Amino acid sequence: MVNNVIEVRGLTVIRDRPVLDGLDVTIGSGVTGLLGPSGCGKSTLLRSIVGVQQVAGGDVRVLGEPAGSAPLRRRIGYVTQETSVYDDLTVTENLRFFARVLGCADDEVAKAIEAVDLGSHAEAVVGRLSGGQRSRASLAVALLGSPDLLVLDEPTVGLDPVLRRDLWNLFHALADDGAAVLVSSHVMDEAERCDQLLLMRDGQILAQDTPAAIKQGAGARDVESAFLSIVEAAA
Amino acid sequence: MTPRITLAVSGRVLTQIHRDHRTAAMLLVLPCLLITLMWWMFKDSFGDPFNKFGPALLAMFPFIVMFLVTSVTTLRERSSGTLERLLAMPMGKLDFLLGYAVAFGVVAAVQALLAVTVSVGLLGLDIQGSVWLLGLVAVADAVLGSALGLFVSAFAQTEFQAVQFLPLIVFPQILLCGLFVARDTLPPVLEAVSNVLPLSYAVDAMTHLTRGTSTAEVWVDLLVVAAFAVGALGLGAATLRRRTP
Repeated sequence: MVNNVIEVRGLTVIRDRPVLDGLDVTIGSGVTGLLGPSGCGKSTLLRSIVGVQQVAGGDVRVLGEPAGSAPLRRRIGYVTQETSVYDDLTVTENLRFFARVLGCADDEVAKAIEAVDLGSHAEAVVGRLSGGQRSRASLAVALLGSPDLLVLDEPTVGLDPVLRRDLWNLFHALADDGAAVLVSSHVMDEAERCDQLLLMRDGQILAQDTPAAIKQGAGARDVESAFLSIVEAAA
Repeated sequence: MTPRITLAVSGRVLTQIHRDHRTAAMLLVLPCLLITLMWWMFKDSFGDPFNKFGPALLAMFPFIVMFLVTSVTTLRERSSGTLERLLAMPMGKLDFLLGYAVAFGVVAAVQALLAVTVSVGLLGLDIQGSVWLLGLVAVADAVLGSALGLFVSAFAQTEFQAVQFLPLIVFPQILLCGLFVARDTLPPVLEAVSNVLPLSYAVDAMTHLTRGTSTAEVWVDLLVVAAFAVGALGLGAATLRRRTP
């Protein structure tokens, strides 16, 4: 599959100053990692793709439709950086509510809870769970309805390494089933787990390729060193 | 608008209230306690003031409590990211607003049932008109409070700020609704102001219902309250944006 899932042309977002200024990027299927330091514009780009960001200019198309248009709303699973679930409901109640909003079958609820390994906490009130468990509950909501595109804003922050590995395996399993997965992270060591990488800094895409090709191109042994040498070469 | 989604929102809000015992108590028990307190205050007074002020209280409680609860809950939806997530889903703005309105309407109906039972059954409040119509007025009041709370939540950044809208939006309406000074004896400017405040009509409706059996004025008042509620919901809808900065 070489179809372009996401096409961004001349995207400009201004928040006091330009956060993104005429950004162009094309993202395909598989697991794509959006990596860069905090504040570089990752979340803004992801929000523009989901269609919840006010944009000053440019064109964003997702799965062939304009970003934010009504037909896309049930085809994209989105996890914001905050854990956007209801703290005073149980995991199951949260999932059941979002499932009803999406109009998907009840058995999807249990499936999504299992997928993020929260089965043993399904009846626990979200507010009493740990930070990692809460963000997994939030991730489970995004899995409902088998979306064609998953947009995940730092879903693995603060999780223990075993769980992080499991989640990356999940992302790949979803990609194998045909979904495009776009994951942001500010932790460079997660780069190796992606099929494709986008390195971002100061609202610019510095590089886009497979992890191996990026490392080779920069003559570096890991992605973090490659990031540094790309930044220094540009300076 | 999709009924399935509207009802999903209502069900979820009701589950949240059910889980939060303190809020549930504030919504259902507190009005009864305050009405009882007022009855007790006036117990030995001359001229049966409880019968004079009781109806106004029945109109005010759903309005105040729902305003407070909705402004804080919807602010939490805005700041926790759940609203952004919902609006990225196939959720109509009306589904969200009406979902809240239906949930708080249900709570208001129960609240009115309890408050009226206590006032009429235990405390001897005299109601000439239809008790059902009185319940309907209470529900309309609650929906109005919810709608205004939803609207003002757009202008608050924190829950602390949201609560501050209570003295700004609600207190003037309490002062001018006819509870303290009959509206037609207010200074002309204040009377004019009171004529454009929705709580005045809610209190008016309640007063009519306790004093007489004719329903024409009550329906007019009810219509005005409902119109304000729809207007506030419209304003609330305008503050719900799928795209935010």
